[in-house]
This record gives sequence, structure tokens and C-alpha cells, in this order.
Amino acid sequence: MNFDVITSYIPLYTEAFFLTIRIGWTGIGLALFIGVFVAFAQHFRVPVLARIAGIYVELFRNTPLLCQLFFLYFGLPKIGITIPAETCGTLGLGLLGGSYMAEVFRSGLGSIPVTQEEGALALGLTRRQMFTYVVFPEALSLSVPGIVGNMIFLLKETSVFSAISLMDLMFTAKDLIGLYYNTTEALFLLVIFYIIMLLPVSVLGSILENKVKIRTYGA
Amino acid sequence: MDVDMRPILEVKNISKRYDDITVFENLNLQVKKGEVLVIVGPSGCGKSTLLRCLNALEPIQEGEIILDGEAIRPGSREVNKLREKVGMVFQSYDLFPHMTVLQNVMLAPIKVKKRDKKEVREEALALLDRVGLLSKKDQFPRQLSGGQKQRVAIVRALMMHPEVLLLDEITAALDPEMVQEVLEVVLSLAKEGRTMLIVTHEMQFARAVADRMIFIDGGHIVEEGTPEEFFEHPKTERLSSFLAKMRF
Repeated sequence: MNFDVITSYIPLYTEAFFLTIRIGWTGIGLALFIGVFVAFAQHFRVPVLARIAGIYVELFRNTPLLCQLFFLYFGLPKIGITIPAETCGTLGLGLLGGSYMAEVFRSGLGSIPVTQEEGALALGLTRRQMFTYVVFPEALSLSVPGIVGNMIFLLKETSVFSAISLMDLMFTAKDLIGLYYNTTEALFLLVIFYIIMLLPVSVLGSILENKVKIRTYGA
Repeated sequence: MDVDMRPILEVKNISKRYDDITVFENLNLQVKKGEVLVIVGPSGCGKSTLLRCLNALEPIQEGEIILDGEAIRPGSREVNKLREKVGMVFQSYDLFPHMTVLQNVMLAPIKVKKRDKKEVREEALALLDRVGLLSKKDQFPRQLSGGQKQRVAIVRALMMHPEVLLLDEITAALDPEMVQEVLEVVLSLAKEGRTMLIVTHEMQFARAVADRMIFIDGGHIVEEGTPEEFFEHPKTERLSSFLAKMRF
């Protein structure tokens, strides 16, 4: 392994790293927003919206991100809608992630025992207060492991962005290999940068999980 | 009419049905202020359902519930008023696991009654102290024993200053050595004149705490009386055979 090559590549990887992080976290933010909205629509069985939410989840959970990106980047221009590559990446990640996050929130909300609701109602809380102070916070803490898992998954999914010409980490590695054939160095840096990106998420995630863990019910 | 003799809670001809199953029909009940009414009966007789109806957790199909002279129509906004005035403690405690003991007992007075936080806190601390749990105020429910959790649940209900307290088999899920600590709290509440409706299988406790006993079987009030009459001279065959089984 040639360390001069590695040193000379680092600035390129750093640039790609920040692009990946920017799109990745914006996409995750969007995914969380969509996820909560969709899960609420399903949990409260909002007429029409709940049906649409269900279709959305199945559609995006069961198609690969690459297809969704192709659709946004190459498909939409055919009907006159052109979106910049970076927006496509964010949007694609947000839509895919939204379907995964929605399922996590929905199962969190669904696993709060009815006795918790009754305990709250019996104290005179309104249904809205019951949801705000009891059901939602509990569902949220049950959802943390799933949310963290999805975050890691979504950050890794950014590796297909090169297909729509976004200069993310994977794009940079492939590009450098194609130009200079320094395969070992390029791939070594690729792994290192992905670890730098993801390790903090999983470590902080586990700490958060332990902090908000609810061990038993009826309890 | 003596004001104090007026019933605080009146149940008139209520019926509860699930589709084709009738839990009870045309049930009547009156509870005076300060009275402790203990309801016993075989499992499935509808005694827990009755308590749940009195807190509007179950809708009733017919009849009326009158609290302090006001009729409560199921499904109306009055239901929340009813729940503010009628406290309930459950077999499964149902403390909120993401909140500390203190947060658990302070939630409802602050959010429902919009009371001053400081004042609520002082009252909460005093009540926790009374049930011997002041040192646990910052712990989470999972760190408490069953008996401790149930005492917190009682404090949580008391914090709303209910006119009537409903206790639904509150010792049924507890280990035997923890039953006593919870029952002692209930006994002390009875002594200070709390109005309570208690469903229990602890017959000795029932006898000690009750002003009046009710035996429900098959959706009907089969027998009613003072604890002495009830335990020493049961009038019906059904009650005496029920009591015989409880004594073993």
C-alpha cells in the first residue's frame, strides 16, 4: 500500500464524505418526518389518508433505492419535471426511509398496551393528552432501536448515488480506481470513510437505546 | 333529608352487554359519602366490569350513573368530569414506565386540573411519604416491587382528589408478602372517611374494611349486608357456598 497515494486521495474523499453526510442526514430527516406522518395516519385510521399511507409504504419498501432514483432522475424529466441530482438523492432516500420509519413508529404505537391508555383515561386525561404524554413518548422510546437501525441502513444506501452522477464516497472510489488503478488504496480509504461515518451513529445509538429503554409493562 | 345521607354515587338500572352476552341487567346501587362498599363474587360475574362502567371505561347500554346529583351520559364531555371525580386503581398498576414516581403522580393534577406545579409537588411528596415511598420519588416504576408500584398507583389516583375511589382487585397480582402493605394503605384511607368501591378476593381484608358487602353472581346482586351478616349469616345458598370455597 502506497501511503503517498493515500495522502493525496484524502482531500477528494473528504469532499465526497461531506456530500454523502449532507445528503444522507437530510434524507434521514425527511424520512423521520414522513415516517411519523404516515404512522399517525395509519394508527388513527384517518379516512383516505390511511389507505394512501399503506400504499406508499408497500410501494417504497418493496422497490430498491436504485429504481426509485432512476425514476426520479431519468423518469420524471420525460414528463417535464427535472430535479437536480442532489435533490433526487435526498428525496429518494427520504421516500425510501419514510416507508421504513413509518413501520417502526407504527409498530411502536401498536405495542403500547391498552391498559396504559386506560390508566391515563381513568385519571381524567383527554384522549389527546393521553397520546401526548403517555402513548407517544412510550412508543418513541420503543422505536429507538428501529430508528437507529434505519439510520445506519439509509446512510449505507447512499452508496448507490453514483448511479445518478452524485460524487459520493462510492463514486469517488470507483472514479479513482478507473483513473489510476490504485485499487488497494482507493478501497482502503472507502472502508475507512464509511466507518468514520457510521460508527458514531451506532455507538451513540446504543447509548440512546439504553437511556430510553422501557423494560417491562404493567410496570 | 340529611345532606350527608344523600348518595354520592347512584347507579340506576344499568345494563351492560357485549353483542349477545349480557354481563348485567338493570343493576341498581347506591353509595353514600364516606361509605366503603366491597363487592365480591365468582370470577366472570361482572364485578370488574361494573367498576369499569363506573369510570366510563366501558360504555353502558341502558341506565344512568349519577355522581353527586349529576347524571353522566356515556360518550359525552361529562365523561371526563366523571373520571376526574372517580379515581380508579387497577390490578396491573398501569404506572407510566417512562416517568419517575413523582412524574407519574403529578401528571394528571397538572395537565387535567391545571394546578400549580409547586403546590402539586408538595402534595405529592406528602402523600408519598404517607405511604412510605418518599425515598423512591425519583425512581422509575421498573425499579419498584409490585407492592410499591401499587402504593404509587393509589397515590396517583388520590392526587386528583376523587370523590369516589374504585379499587379493582388491587392485590391480585401481588406476591403474598406485599399484599399487607397495600391493604394497610387502603385501611387507613377507609378510616379517614374515603368513599370507596372495592372489588377483592381478600375476604379478611373485606371484612375489616367494609361498611357494606355486596355479592354479585350471574350479573345480579344476590346478597347485600353488613360484613357481620354477610360472613356470619349468609341468607342465600349461593353466597354460603361461595364463602365456603374462599375459606378452604
